[in-house]
Amino acid sequence: MHELAVTESILQIAEKHSLKANAKKVTDIFLVIGNLSSIVDDSVVFYWEMISKDTVCEGSVIHFNRIPATMYCLVCDNTFEIPGELIPCPNCGSYQLKIQSGEEFFLESIEIER
Amino acid sequence: MATEKVQVVEKILDANDQVASQNETLLSQAGVFSINIMASPGAGKTSVILKTIEKLSGKMRIGVIEGDTAPVTIDADKVLAMGMPAVQINTGGQCHLDAMMIDRALKHIDYKALDLIIVENVGNLICPAAFKIGTHANVVISSVPEGDDKPYKYTNIYRGIDVLLINKIDLLPYLDFRMDYFQQGVEILNPGLTTFKVSCKTEEGFDQWILWLSQQVNEFKNRVHA
Repeated sequence: MHELAVTESILQIAEKHSLKANAKKVTDIFLVIGNLSSIVDDSVVFYWEMISKDTVCEGSVIHFNRIPATMYCLVCDNTFEIPGELIPCPNCGSYQLKIQSGEEFFLESIEIER
Repeated sequence: MATEKVQVVEKILDANDQVASQNETLLSQAGVFSINIMASPGAGKTSVILKTIEKLSGKMRIGVIEGDTAPVTIDADKVLAMGMPAVQINTGGQCHLDAMMIDRALKHIDYKALDLIIVENVGNLICPAAFKIGTHANVVISSVPEGDDKPYKYTNIYRGIDVLLINKIDLLPYLDFRMDYFQQGVEILNPGLTTFKVSCKTEEGFDQWILWLSQQVNEFKNRVHA
């Protein structure tokens, strides 16, 4: 349920950069979100439509580039994707693991009209 | 009309993180050590805080910032009853504290007169993990009745914390809580994490936590005054 706060931050960042670029309108927002981040895309889109109204971002589309959560097994060198909760290495059953990706959480770019 | 791509590459919660680092600077300059206590509802956050105050009273000056989603002052009142200053933050339904709330709370507490500030975050294992608030150490309190699978399901809360308390260990004989399994999950997420197994009820293990916390406060003071 912290999607509202997150969506407000996205709007602030997008507005700041659109102003810097002298944009008349923002058409697209590109986010990069690792699957370890507990964010629900649909909720972000829901709030986005509400809070971007009457701003330079009104009507823009949010794109989510979802990065899989992958683990590295310290025992057998296997790299594998986890489904959301921690699971042992499917190759050797070990729990000696290291997180390799999935913690990304940033706004990559915006698409604007001048 | 032709559109144009503008590169941004900015962390989504950057604005919050910046206020968090301002809070940290403010507290560091005043020589006040601060901890952020996160846990699910009912894990024993308030009990641990009250017991900690009891153990440290007379040894250091402690202030508490209480976060709750509802407009109640139950927790702050308990702290005030022990003669320590407390500020209650009501998040108005929000599921976590953020750096701006701490910034405002610090205006209502004479933090410069304190040695330690304890922030009690909103009871939740998901949202508080995403929002830095600017404390010097992040603490999670897990409790035995919650079950031993929590690190496997709520991975984020165990990342980036500095100390873990496993509370209510007096209930271990009555519950199917596999301590090895629980700690194995934590080890993947946060290798070598400082962990204390405690019971607020019997006070088992509590002295080690108090010793750790006192050391942190003293070392911090020495660093600041060095």
